[in-house]
Amino acid sequence: MNRHILTNINIGRVMIYLILLFFALIYLAPLYVMFTTSLKGIEEIRSGNLMALPVDPTFYAWAKAWSSACTGSECKGLAPYFWNSVRIVFPAVIISTIIGAFNGYSLAKWKFKGSELLFGALLFGCFIPFQVILLPMAKLLGSLGLANTVTGLVMVHVIYGVAFTTLFFRNYYVGIPTELVRAAKLDGAGFFAIFRHIFLPLSTPIFVVTIIWQFTQIWNDFLFGVVYSGSGTQPITVALNNLVNTSVGGKEYNVDMAAAIIAALPTLVVYVIAGKYFVRGLTAGAVKG
Amino acid sequence: MFNFLEKNLPKIVLAPTTIVMIVCMYGFIVWTGLLSLTKSRMMPQWEFVGLDQYVRLFNNPRWHVAVDNLFIFLILFILIALVLGLLLAIFLDQKIRNEGVIRTIYLYPMAISFIVTGTAWKWILNPGLGIEKLVNDLGFVGFEFRWLVESDMAIYTIVIAAVWQSSGFVMALFLAGLRGVDDNLTKAAKIDGASTIRLYWHIILPLMRPVFFSAIVILTHIAIKSFDLVQALTGGGPGYSSDLPANFMYTYSFNRAQIGVGAASAMIMLFGVLAVLIPYLYSELREKKT
Amino acid sequence: MKNRMKISTLAATALLATTTSVSAGEVEVLHWWTSGGEAASVNYLKDKLSDAGVSWTDFAVAGGGGENAMTVLKSRAISGNPPTAAQIKGPSIQEWGDLGFLANIDGVAKANDWDSLLPKVVSDVMKHNGKYVAAPVNVHRVNWMWSNPEVFRAAGATIPTTWDDFMVQAKKLQGAGFIALAHGGQAWQDATLFEAVVLGIGGADYYNSAFVSPVDLDVLNSDTTVEVFETFGKLRQFVDANSPGRDWNVATSMVIEGKAGMQIMGDWAKGEFKVAGKNVGTDFICTAAPGTSGAHTFNIDSFAFFKQSDAASSEAQNIMAAEILGTDFQTVFNLNKGSIPARLGVSRAEFDSCAHDSMDAFVAASASGSLVPSFAHGMAVSSAVSGAIYDSVTNFFNSDQSAQEGVDQLVASVSSAL
Repeated sequence: MNRHILTNINIGRVMIYLILLFFALIYLAPLYVMFTTSLKGIEEIRSGNLMALPVDPTFYAWAKAWSSACTGSECKGLAPYFWNSVRIVFPAVIISTIIGAFNGYSLAKWKFKGSELLFGALLFGCFIPFQVILLPMAKLLGSLGLANTVTGLVMVHVIYGVAFTTLFFRNYYVGIPTELVRAAKLDGAGFFAIFRHIFLPLSTPIFVVTIIWQFTQIWNDFLFGVVYSGSGTQPITVALNNLVNTSVGGKEYNVDMAAAIIAALPTLVVYVIAGKYFVRGLTAGAVKG
Repeated sequence: MFNFLEKNLPKIVLAPTTIVMIVCMYGFIVWTGLLSLTKSRMMPQWEFVGLDQYVRLFNNPRWHVAVDNLFIFLILFILIALVLGLLLAIFLDQKIRNEGVIRTIYLYPMAISFIVTGTAWKWILNPGLGIEKLVNDLGFVGFEFRWLVESDMAIYTIVIAAVWQSSGFVMALFLAGLRGVDDNLTKAAKIDGASTIRLYWHIILPLMRPVFFSAIVILTHIAIKSFDLVQALTGGGPGYSSDLPANFMYTYSFNRAQIGVGAASAMIMLFGVLAVLIPYLYSELREKKT
Repeated sequence: MKNRMKISTLAATALLATTTSVSAGEVEVLHWWTSGGEAASVNYLKDKLSDAGVSWTDFAVAGGGGENAMTVLKSRAISGNPPTAAQIKGPSIQEWGDLGFLANIDGVAKANDWDSLLPKVVSDVMKHNGKYVAAPVNVHRVNWMWSNPEVFRAAGATIPTTWDDFMVQAKKLQGAGFIALAHGGQAWQDATLFEAVVLGIGGADYYNSAFVSPVDLDVLNSDTTVEVFETFGKLRQFVDANSPGRDWNVATSMVIEGKAGMQIMGDWAKGEFKVAGKNVGTDFICTAAPGTSGAHTFNIDSFAFFKQSDAASSEAQNIMAAEILGTDFQTVFNLNKGSIPARLGVSRAEFDSCAHDSMDAFVAASASGSLVPSFAHGMAVSSAVSGAIYDSVTNFFNSDQSAQEGVDQLVASVSSAL
């Protein structure tokens, strides 16, 4: 693979490395601060330097954040909420991705009168600030009997995630030659058969991109999680918010930071492991816009 | 019957999404629009008062600060994220060793919510704790970096944090775009003796147009919803100098029992965004057809 | 008094006895007490209820002094699914009552003789249209000033008791290299400081007509307000430049560590000193904010009860209300939180001298008419008006507006929020 080489001069390459490294350090700084703080004792945080390495690293804060920090009248740490999040995120990601795939496929390859308009309308729809929909949505969920249930929360995530998943799949499928569809039609294949035999096998990269995107969005969501969850089903972001928002006495920054990293861990892991496929998936789809 | 079904399958597949979209997006926008014409305070009440709430809104100095901030934020955030993302992508596309590691480092901020990183950023930008103290401790005594606590600069710290969070994603988009460029094209240009800068400026960048489109749509989306960011980093302060419309709307709707004003601000915000976006989306989507 | 207390406790126990026989249902409680001592206090209430056969479903939403919790509450109310009880206070109780959401708990209040247990200012807040709809857990005094005597000694300054003197002493502290006033630049803290100035300069009558509902715009737009803003503006110089965004407890720790001389903050700040192992009198001193020594700015936390569709839940509500007013809970909760009990007849023995001061000031101020509701903490005006005050005050404090400009903006915002 011959990439577009800027220049062969070595100084140039050194400069590039330096610039890349410089930005890498900047990008890492907040995570560094959070991580080192989580390993320090509270006294060291109060008196010490923000950027300094911990003198006497301890995992006390991590243990407390996971299993014994207070998030309400109960002090069981983030652990229970972690599983609440899992229960919300998985169905929401899977459903919104599948719907997005079929929507994108229809919009890209089965155009009908108004399909472009529909796509445009869906795209505009993404720009509603979510704060606006809190109350009417609450009313709707209430009348459906889904207020403060996991099902209701999953539904909300699916509804407001579908615009983006549709966008991703549509843009990806637009790039697959229409001749393939035409040929398959002549062979008598229908809507689903063509999807199943031609599109699905080509879709791994865009599924990866969409799933990563949705997973990140829904895992990190706070607003919907706090408003539409019920007691006992609150997601981890809500618990984290409860944990770090102290109104009285003795703020434990190390526990806050450990909790923050724990809450972010699943998305971090997804990015580290699947990041490669993420860029690959985008490569396959993005250029076609 | 079967034929009818088969022929209309795409429409049937799209029907649920369409219905949900009409109700839960446009329906709710209309609901909010109507609400903005009522005298609603703590809870929605359907007693119409015309444009009263809009008058209140535009008489509110804080709203003007929020709107000005949105312009500053939107323009700087999108511009810097695009330029930085593009540059990093170009540099990263030069057969860099350990590309995977560096790429992951650039990309990871996107994975973390601001509830999480807010505190860390607050410390880093705080003059008494973060960068300023660090540089001063290193011996550069005169160094100052106190945007976070200055009324007229605080909004720029929001830009910094937002760029940090999103530019890696833009980088990934551009990197993907660059990887999709046909090598023969660049080779041919090289043979013609085009300089590197000319090559990128005249040949590769124009090819990136769809990437710019995706990136701008996603960045605008993020910018308009940058609510947690303000909440976590500055809380809108000092004073309300770094307030953004989304925060204004949330505060007025939910904490101040002025849902009517909140709804009015939401409508203005929505119209503003659409006024900017519609022409852009229209021209981009249209061009692709031909 | 004693007798009456006995009767009320009896009544409470009688009420409990009738309901403990069966599992008396459950309460779902929306609150934002999620940290340390507060969580422990809520947990105590929870245990008390479970002894009475009521199960407790916790619905905690922290953040911004209840801002997030209010969002959640509104959504739940509109979806027809409100919690059994929610932490709501001050005039907001009236707003919820006006919308018809709140349950009448007059039965349990009558049975326990709340009218004589609660001071009138407290019970007025808990009633909607003359019926009890909420139960108070505590009374905070907001107009406290916390000082570090070591810092004052080092600077040769004395703890000020008037705002004029404050400027003199603060200059001394500054001259000796200390930060005079530890302050966190968040809107509610700016408002807390402003409130102390309003009371100290204008006095209780002015305070009541200008900043307590119904707001008298003429009084608000008077020369006194200009004077208040002038004094408030002078405080800008005594606050360090890094204050914007600082949490109040970080500001308190500046006083604890001897970096700063004073902080004006409600009695919850005491918890910070205690956690740091400091003793009242020797390591820190609590005095009323300048010019407010006889006065008491109160902030009452309370639980409001929402209408329930089934009898078991209503019964559970009654039990919860009775427990909240019980002496056990009032003692434990207020020891944890730094506040004083909302009801009469709770033993003073376990409380410290600051709390005693607060109790005495409450009684004395009540008699002298200088017991005022805190507008910085949502006790005095509707949330719309208090928001308008927040905006003008925080903007004034963080800009170089003149006192007159400050007054003009305040009057304009308040009148458009009415």
